[in-house]
Amino acid sequence: MSIAAKKDDAPHILVFSTNNISDPGIDMAGSAHMHYSTQVQVISVPCSSGIKPTWVLHALESGFDGVFIAADGTDCAYLPDCTTRTGVLVKKTQDLLKEHGRSPKRLRMAAVCSVCSESFVSHMANFQKDIVKIASD
Amino acid sequence: MLNRRIGVFICHCGGNISDYVDVEEVRKSVENSPGVVLSKKHMFTCSDAAQTEMMKDVLDEKLDGLVIASCSPKLHLHTFRSMSERAGLNPYRYVQVNIREQCSWAHTDNMRGATKKAIALVEAGIAKSCLMPSLSTIRVETVPKALIIGAGIAGLRSALSLARLGIHAYLIEREEQPGGWVGNLGELFPQGKKGPSLIDSLLEQVRREEGITLFTGTELLEKSGNIGNFTVKLKTGQSDTISLNVGAIIVTTGFDTYAPQKTEYGFNDTNVITLAEYERCLQEGTGEIQYNGHTVKRVAYIYCVGSRQKTSESCPSPNTQCSRYCCTSAIHAAILTHKRDATVGQYHLYRDIRTYGKYELLYDEALNLGSIFLRFDAATPPTVHTDGQLRVNVHDTLTRGEEIEIDADLVVLVTGMVPRENKKLVNILKLPIGKDGFFNEIHPKLRPVETVIDGVFIAGTCQSPKTISESVASALSAVSKTAGLLKRGYVELEPLVAMVDADRCVWCDECTKACPYGAIQKVEHNGKEVAEIIPVLCKGEGACVPVCPKDALDVEGYTDHQITAMIDAFSKEMAK
Repeated sequence: MSIAAKKDDAPHILVFSTNNISDPGIDMAGSAHMHYSTQVQVISVPCSSGIKPTWVLHALESGFDGVFIAADGTDCAYLPDCTTRTGVLVKKTQDLLKEHGRSPKRLRMAAVCSVCSESFVSHMANFQKDIVKIASD
Repeated sequence: MLNRRIGVFICHCGGNISDYVDVEEVRKSVENSPGVVLSKKHMFTCSDAAQTEMMKDVLDEKLDGLVIASCSPKLHLHTFRSMSERAGLNPYRYVQVNIREQCSWAHTDNMRGATKKAIALVEAGIAKSCLMPSLSTIRVETVPKALIIGAGIAGLRSALSLARLGIHAYLIEREEQPGGWVGNLGELFPQGKKGPSLIDSLLEQVRREEGITLFTGTELLEKSGNIGNFTVKLKTGQSDTISLNVGAIIVTTGFDTYAPQKTEYGFNDTNVITLAEYERCLQEGTGEIQYNGHTVKRVAYIYCVGSRQKTSESCPSPNTQCSRYCCTSAIHAAILTHKRDATVGQYHLYRDIRTYGKYELLYDEALNLGSIFLRFDAATPPTVHTDGQLRVNVHDTLTRGEEIEIDADLVVLVTGMVPRENKKLVNILKLPIGKDGFFNEIHPKLRPVETVIDGVFIAGTCQSPKTISESVASALSAVSKTAGLLKRGYVELEPLVAMVDADRCVWCDECTKACPYGAIQKVEHNGKEVAEIIPVLCKGEGACVPVCPKDALDVEGYTDHQITAMIDAFSKEMAK
């Protein structure tokens, strides 16, 4: 198969990334030509503490197979307790997913810093693998 | 949405995008999307020629929205916002779509997939643009005065420089005596000037400067207002309070030194002291060095005490940072010792020597004067024996771990800087603290003295361990940022802040609890209490948005409608 016709059947992932911290990390992955699946799409937001649980549910109901929150972790310039706040949001969202009959495993959060290009690529590959497992369960 | 007139421009970026994404297919795919009236490609959208052409298109086609699919917004968001403005289009009606770093470059192995992804990204950008209103920056008039908290060397130098730029400096110091740590230090590297003399010369200049008001024995009690016009309340002496208006605040509250545990390296012994104590000892007398009633002939320095620690049972909250200045400082103390009494044997037990830059010359000098350097591994630190003759045992990794025993008259623990406990100030200013416990800047390289609190800057060792010259350099950096802010007379802030749907809001107070910036207030609206955003205080991070049980909050540029529309646009493309 030629490069131009290569098919990517991996699960569709929506990434919520943060403008100042994780977005530069994801940009860096591209700048270094690190390959990850074309089924990964990114929406940038200012801070992971501002992500609404309904957005995650809407994404899954609209065809995405998983949602990944690339959080600032302890690097967040807005909130020193950003990780804790985002953790609470993730829990709340997972409960919402359960209520709607969706696996909470379809939402994942990890800190992606401005130089975490390799870890971002590896998170995407692992998440897609895990989603395939969830789907086959 | 259908009434919008959006122009979409796809960038080849030379071949950086078009080598891996079929840009013509992207253009064709979006040309009939709702709201789009024009779609074009450019070899380099950032070039002057392309910008001129796009500006003409904005005018000719009466565009009310613009989407440029090119590189990361980190590179050209402001370029294109400014171009939009020049074309008479509200800059916030411009949306940048990243199809380079997050598409073509990440998928150089899959042109089909990359093209499909780029189409979805552009569609999502169009969906966002359709819902993007015109916004204006928030303009705030500024007061040409600044408050500097902490009159150590960074604070003194900041005050002098600001005053000379025509900005009145209110310099406050908690202690009765200004000067901070430097005021108590002896001979300083590299010039040899003594700390008190350096501080005295600065204080003399401060006294002569009309543009500086120095308050000692004074603390900050309250801060209200916003960037450009803060009201600060100070407590001077026992009970007096003063209210001042300032446009900016520079925090230069300094550091604390690491205090070893009593059991750490025999610190409970009177002849085991810190480097700061030894430096004070060197300031006293001439010739042979006396300490605690005896003559000092053998000194063992143990480096990295309380620095570069790892988490362990005995150290649950480690100081992981290297203070950087302490290697040079200890070596400088050794040189002073050699110069006072050449017969003193000096043994430096170190993990790594960090006498960076020109301080390497001091390291050379200490070696030439006879200092002996022994390297130990962090896993097998030296042991200090205080029973009987004071002695230190170390496994020297430079001689394949050979155990060496040193009889010493004095053991000097080379301690570094630790963050100063200052909960009250942190609470008043809402200053962010980094994981190392020091105050946190927005970005260590690009915005090194700014904090997320607009108009509040940090400088000197309250931010991280620094030498005196580094402290002064950061103080001057904070001065230039302050002057840049206040000399213009006004400041413009990003309008991408939270907003409240007053009809939905029932004032449950959840949003105020979530907001650490005090940016939400209670107001009356149509006979009921509702939340209202104070735009100049809001950072737009959106922490208040998901906690609202009534879905009454949104952040401009990231509204519920916009994010949902973007997800829908992705979804539509996925289904194709």
